[in-house]
Amino acid sequence: MLKKHPRTQIEIWNIIGFVILALYLIFLVFPLFQVLKASVIDSDNHFTFAYFKKFFSQKYYFSTLLNSFKIAFVTTFFSLLLGIPLAYYFNIYKLRGQRGLEIIIILCSMSAPFIGAYAWILLLGRSGILTKIIEAVLPIKVPSIYGFSGIVLVLVTRLFPLVFLYLSGALQSIDQTLLEASENLGCTGLKRFFKVIFPLCMPSILAAGLLVFMRSMADFGTPLLIGEGYRTFPVEIYNQYVGETNVDHNFAAAISVIAVIITALVFLIQKIVNSHFKFSINALHPIERKEIKGGKKFWVYFYTYTLVFISMLPQFYLFYMSFRKTSSSGSLFEPGYSLNSYKIAFKKMGTAIPNTLIIGGISVLAIIILAILVSYLIVRRSNIISRTIDNLSMVPFVLPGSVIAISLILAFNKKPLILTGTMLIMIISMIIRRIPYTIRSSSAILQQVPISIEEAGISLGSSKLRTFFLVTVPMMKNGIISGGILSWITIITELSTSIILYTAHTVTLTLSIYIFVSRGTDGPAAAMATILTAFTTISLLLFMKFSKSKDLVM
Amino acid sequence: MSVEIRIEHAVKKYGDTTIIPDLSLTIQKGEFFTLLGPSGCGKTTLLRMIAGFNSIESGDFYFGQERINDINPAKRNIGMVFQNYAIFPNMTVENNVKFGLKARKMPSDEIQKNTDEFLSLMQIEEYRNRLPERLSGGQQQRVALARALVIRPHVLLMDEPLSNLDAKLRVEMRSVIKEIQNKLRITTLYVTHDQEEAMAISDRIAVMNFGVIQQIGTPKALYQRPANIFVATFIGRTNIIQASLVIKEDMPYLKFSNSYMIAMPKIEEDCRKEQNVQVSIRPEEFIIENASEPGIEAIVEDNIFLGLNTHYWVRLPSGVRANIIKESDIDNEIEKGRSVKLRVNSIKINVFSEDGKRNLLLKENR
Repeated sequence: MLKKHPRTQIEIWNIIGFVILALYLIFLVFPLFQVLKASVIDSDNHFTFAYFKKFFSQKYYFSTLLNSFKIAFVTTFFSLLLGIPLAYYFNIYKLRGQRGLEIIIILCSMSAPFIGAYAWILLLGRSGILTKIIEAVLPIKVPSIYGFSGIVLVLVTRLFPLVFLYLSGALQSIDQTLLEASENLGCTGLKRFFKVIFPLCMPSILAAGLLVFMRSMADFGTPLLIGEGYRTFPVEIYNQYVGETNVDHNFAAAISVIAVIITALVFLIQKIVNSHFKFSINALHPIERKEIKGGKKFWVYFYTYTLVFISMLPQFYLFYMSFRKTSSSGSLFEPGYSLNSYKIAFKKMGTAIPNTLIIGGISVLAIIILAILVSYLIVRRSNIISRTIDNLSMVPFVLPGSVIAISLILAFNKKPLILTGTMLIMIISMIIRRIPYTIRSSSAILQQVPISIEEAGISLGSSKLRTFFLVTVPMMKNGIISGGILSWITIITELSTSIILYTAHTVTLTLSIYIFVSRGTDGPAAAMATILTAFTTISLLLFMKFSKSKDLVM
Repeated sequence: MSVEIRIEHAVKKYGDTTIIPDLSLTIQKGEFFTLLGPSGCGKTTLLRMIAGFNSIESGDFYFGQERINDINPAKRNIGMVFQNYAIFPNMTVENNVKFGLKARKMPSDEIQKNTDEFLSLMQIEEYRNRLPERLSGGQQQRVALARALVIRPHVLLMDEPLSNLDAKLRVEMRSVIKEIQNKLRITTLYVTHDQEEAMAISDRIAVMNFGVIQQIGTPKALYQRPANIFVATFIGRTNIIQASLVIKEDMPYLKFSNSYMIAMPKIEEDCRKEQNVQVSIRPEEFIIENASEPGIEAIVEDNIFLGLNTHYWVRLPSGVRANIIKESDIDNEIEKGRSVKLRVNSIKINVFSEDGKRNLLLKENR
């Protein structure tokens, strides 16, 4: 007997793919399109390039772009200069306290940048503690921390860890035998580093460099706090959109479009350059860390510990300051110690902590579910839809947060869907911006799950979805959890999007720190920053527990 | 419950490349059938088409009377054993075996009964609560087999199941597989590139190359009467020597380069014409004689004593290097550099057309 079967069955994954693609179209593509529209259509519904003309013709605006580029270049240069030797020493030599240092380095990269900026002001600002000490002891004037050098200092101490992490990953995939072979052929020491190790790490160095460049270009909180007269263009977008005077939404949209174009260009250049370094390496015998001796030992220890100490200094100092006695309003420090700052902080911050937990919690939950599905589509069902989703999901990874925020407001401040001012819009923005971490880590781990495992499940009579949830998802567990925690950390330290989207009801931890800082209530600000750092540290330690390899997929 | 597998005019394409141009095959009910061929010959592709993991571009696949082309892989009732075992690493041995039964929503007491039966059949009861990472390769293989068989599949598909095991375990596991198959009499399709393994385990073998079945036969038939040069060289070792077929008084003779001739009475009627041929002579089908005897001239270049047998490498006047296996004598080793004559065992050797595509021997002798 011949049974008839339908030729084509609609596969469940195709439906899932369509739904996710639709979500991206609604919440990413459509809003960005609204930005584009606003940038070329004025309030009288006329098509115009006036906003772009305004930006490029007036030095006052155009210089913000140049400033951002300057900061990005200098920051990238110093981050590479500091991060590369650090990663090299860490992976070649056995160092005491290595694990602890590593955690601190990662922690540095995770803290909200504006908190770093704020702490540096307390340390080296006009009335900073270090400034006072140095100027009392030495007959020199401490150069101003405000402006260009301050922004670079804050960004470098926060971004060189990215270089460190990327390069560590690359170094760990270099086989010990490659180093032995080069030694055997008479190439050792520095020569070996530049001839063998450096070229092998080139793709990672480029990727890290690009990421540092984009992050420093798009960073918003640092220049806002420490930049003073030095104006960068993410801040300009913010000022044009929610500033106190001369708000011009269309002009803000035009600057956003310029930001998107620049982002795309840098990305493209990186892709072209990267294609020249296409090779894959896999270490059967990873590099063994060696003991170091003599003068070199002193230098390596001095370098690593000093660098880590300086980067962590702001966090330590804030921690210390949070226990200082303050005036009753919290804005002036007095001699002695107390928990006053914490009391004020808890009294004044309202629902910031619950908000952070709710927004972060819901976002991470949604991120995990979506990321599992997206990574499955990318890895196992490669077609035009899944590739489109893959590319779309990575766009917000490099876009300035303020652009995402403005796009969402422009898209959802009118019927049929009004979301502005709600918690939902903040959750959506978090999902869009932070899902790339989890997608990356889950697809990385899914690629290591052999497809035959799933086929075994299916051949045993289990449906595709049942196999997926009973077999594939449990095997991806570690990657999912670690990616989720990473997303969580970046959500709770987020500022640039939420500062545009928040209302009085949706203030989060970072926002309330920012509000305390901007009001000059330093004590509670330090207390809140310490609480945030504690949250981050606990999350990070959880992450380390769940991710078997300590590589961060970023 | 085992069924016959029938494949009619199967076609497989990846983009513009055709992997399998047109393949038909019938595997009898209860048979142990092996697809054998070099890597890239399309054997795994065909197996995965049967399993439902590869699309079928054209052709019909039947299990018994039922056409399975459009049946969901999960509904084909196939037991499958994978090269990397594909044991679920997040489940214990017992839960791995139960997985397929649970998918079938069998009552739990029956699930337990069946699971116990197969755990004991594969002798892995004592590991039932272990996670797969704590099992050796052979034990994992047993779990994979138990898991595939416990669902009482119509057919068992095995994709190079032994290639990840070490040599000793491979031999052990192949007799385990053979025994189980004998006991359950399940139609089994086995894929391997290891011809010794295929010979040891199969009822019948299909030798494949470039997506085309070169020959189907018992291990004995493939070795003794290969259908073409490819099969002759792929199964076992052989020497290919150029010669010509001559007819004298209606009797076909094989004529070697130095005019040495032997009678070949068993050549097919339609091939009895003078032509160049390729002769496949296996190492044990040569007989080494003194230089004064009639035969093919040769010079001994090397001798390798391997205990039971001694292997000789000889050089023929045509330049061909031939391999000969002779039972070791007590004192009669033939030293290097010596000229000898070679006779051949004319009943055992095979004669192929000049292009190597056809065996010229009579059908009944093949």
